[in-house]
Amino acid sequence: MLRFFVRRFAGMIGILLVISLITFYLFFAASGPDDVVQMSCGRFCTEEAKAGVRHDLGLDKPFFEQYWVYMTGIVMGRDIGDRSCSAPCLGYSFSSREPVTERIQNGFPTTLSLAIGAIVLMILIGVGLGVIAAMKRGTRTDKVLTTVAVVAGAFQIFILGPLLLLIFVYETELMDLPKYYAFTDNPGKWATGLILPWICLMVIHMAMYTRLTRSAMVDALNDDYVRTLRAKGLSKRDIYIKHAFRGALSPVATILGIDIGILMAGTVITEFTFSLNGIGRLAVLAVEDSDLPMMMGVVLVAAAITIIANLLVDVAYAVIDPRVRLY
Amino acid sequence: MKSSDPLAKADSTAADAAPAGDKPRSSFLSVRDLHVRFTTLDGIVKAVDGLSFDLERGSTLGIVGESGSGKSVSSLAILGLHNPKKTVIGGEIHFDGVELTKASENEMNKLRGRRIAMIFQDALAALSPFYSVGEQIAETYRRHMGASRKEARQRAIDMLGRVGIPNPERRVDDYPHHFSGGMRQRAMIAIALACNPDLLIADEPTTALDVTVQSQILDLLGDLQSEFGTAIIFITHDLGVIAQTADDVLVMYAGRCVEKGTVREVLRDARHPYSWGLLSSVPDLGGDVDIPLRPVRGTPPSLLSPPPGCPFHPRCDYVARVGDDACKTSRPTLTLADGRGSACHLTADEKAEIFATEVRPLLR
Repeated sequence: MLRFFVRRFAGMIGILLVISLITFYLFFAASGPDDVVQMSCGRFCTEEAKAGVRHDLGLDKPFFEQYWVYMTGIVMGRDIGDRSCSAPCLGYSFSSREPVTERIQNGFPTTLSLAIGAIVLMILIGVGLGVIAAMKRGTRTDKVLTTVAVVAGAFQIFILGPLLLLIFVYETELMDLPKYYAFTDNPGKWATGLILPWICLMVIHMAMYTRLTRSAMVDALNDDYVRTLRAKGLSKRDIYIKHAFRGALSPVATILGIDIGILMAGTVITEFTFSLNGIGRLAVLAVEDSDLPMMMGVVLVAAAITIIANLLVDVAYAVIDPRVRLY
Repeated sequence: MKSSDPLAKADSTAADAAPAGDKPRSSFLSVRDLHVRFTTLDGIVKAVDGLSFDLERGSTLGIVGESGSGKSVSSLAILGLHNPKKTVIGGEIHFDGVELTKASENEMNKLRGRRIAMIFQDALAALSPFYSVGEQIAETYRRHMGASRKEARQRAIDMLGRVGIPNPERRVDDYPHHFSGGMRQRAMIAIALACNPDLLIADEPTTALDVTVQSQILDLLGDLQSEFGTAIIFITHDLGVIAQTADDVLVMYAGRCVEKGTVREVLRDARHPYSWGLLSSVPDLGGDVDIPLRPVRGTPPSLLSPPPGCPFHPRCDYVARVGDDACKTSRPTLTLADGRGSACHLTADEKAEIFATEVRPLLR
């Protein structure tokens, strides 16, 4: 067990190194530095001024030296110009000159809240409908539920989002525009402020959960052991929920892991649709501005979260199915 | 075993139910003209076609036949486990005064696992991989006996000990994949016997096991039967197992009973060409290794379109001995005298003669 976590942690560091190197390299390959210099320097810029900017940003040093400075900064902190940047130092934004760590810390709660709410709704409603469909398989209820899930899944955020805003905010004025409030300040406001984007994400992701839960449960119900359970005289509820649903959990955990990664790493379109300031927005702006430290920061955080989500899924497999062991 | 209260309760309820009061003449389990038909895309499969038998408390009926002869299908019909949408069940199944084919799903569910239990062939597939063996025993006990978690767990430990699993207190929390094949089958038996059922249906419980373990399991079933007076239906294709366990034998072919009698009668004085084929296909381990095996030639008939007349006639060596091509046109009926009989057009004398001259010499 301990070996498993040590191994996975080492693997995570390795993956992060590779990802950071690739991101760093792509920035230079796409001649990002020239864009940055051009932008900072303005339209009528002399070569000397450009060189000055280049030097200020540290872009005049060799590639690997820059990479080394950046990576050691994450572990040990570093000084940038006259400012010091403490331990997990992701550098200063080229465009806003603010510490990247701080900006990510500011955006992260929004993204986290968006993801948590959406995931809870996805599990409750998506999986719940799947269980009901499996229990009523072959009936009209089953067909209606599966159809609803598929139709809902065919929506896109940029269609459903504005539609919900139009209906609930602009036409009926039942709600205010979505806004992030800290959960710790006011849980009620936190929930109502984000309910529209949550519903949006839930509706779009629901289909996968409903269909997967249904089919995995129907598969489990065809397993030999279910015949034993019936021969034991167990109640329908025990057979479906205690046993067949348990058998369906592993595949659900698989896609849940993928979705956690996607949602936590920033839901770009959702954040733009509902004007929320999360990681996704930071990522897009960083690319637009050729803001290397910002890009690196967002990519590394997103990658780390995705890797952790995968790790959680692997642990979940072992918890769900006693035959699975963690190596 | 006298440790906990629910246990005593289980034992006493089983004992109270013993005399079937109002219907003294009828058997404990009586199956009459059972038909099981499946609707498939290709047509209607007559999996069981007019099966009748009786079984008394404490005795064992062996059902023998090839795959697809309707052995398992009939036993699943007794438990009412067929999908009602795809299956038509006809005939009557009387269990201790209850007509099972007419019983509601709710009534059946109270019998299943409580008074009628079943052991399946492949214990690894038949046990849930997600729950410990102990939990799978305990959940049945909780369900039927209203026992608490603690009582049920104790019952699980007791049952594991009783079926011969060493260290039951420790093994109770193990999962089926931690068990060996023989231990898994023992665990299946522990589950089936958790509520002291009156009828146990064992569907090829030893087929997946090696002979040593097989013999241990059979001994165990025998011990438990004499301890609790459980009636057992033993389904198998292994005549050795039948010889070791059964009181009466029923030979099935193409969904019908072709021969019935006591184990001695059927194994030592068989009256049906199919039974002869089964008997002579058992290899003689003491004999010359160069003697080829003698399988029953041909393949089992399609139950979608069974052959006309006697369903066994395409594989039978004695069709020519019966006049008027009767085997190909008319289906022989099973006539029983004193629970003994066979469904074959040969006359009694012919059967006795053929068995004596052609079959007996091949037997050990």
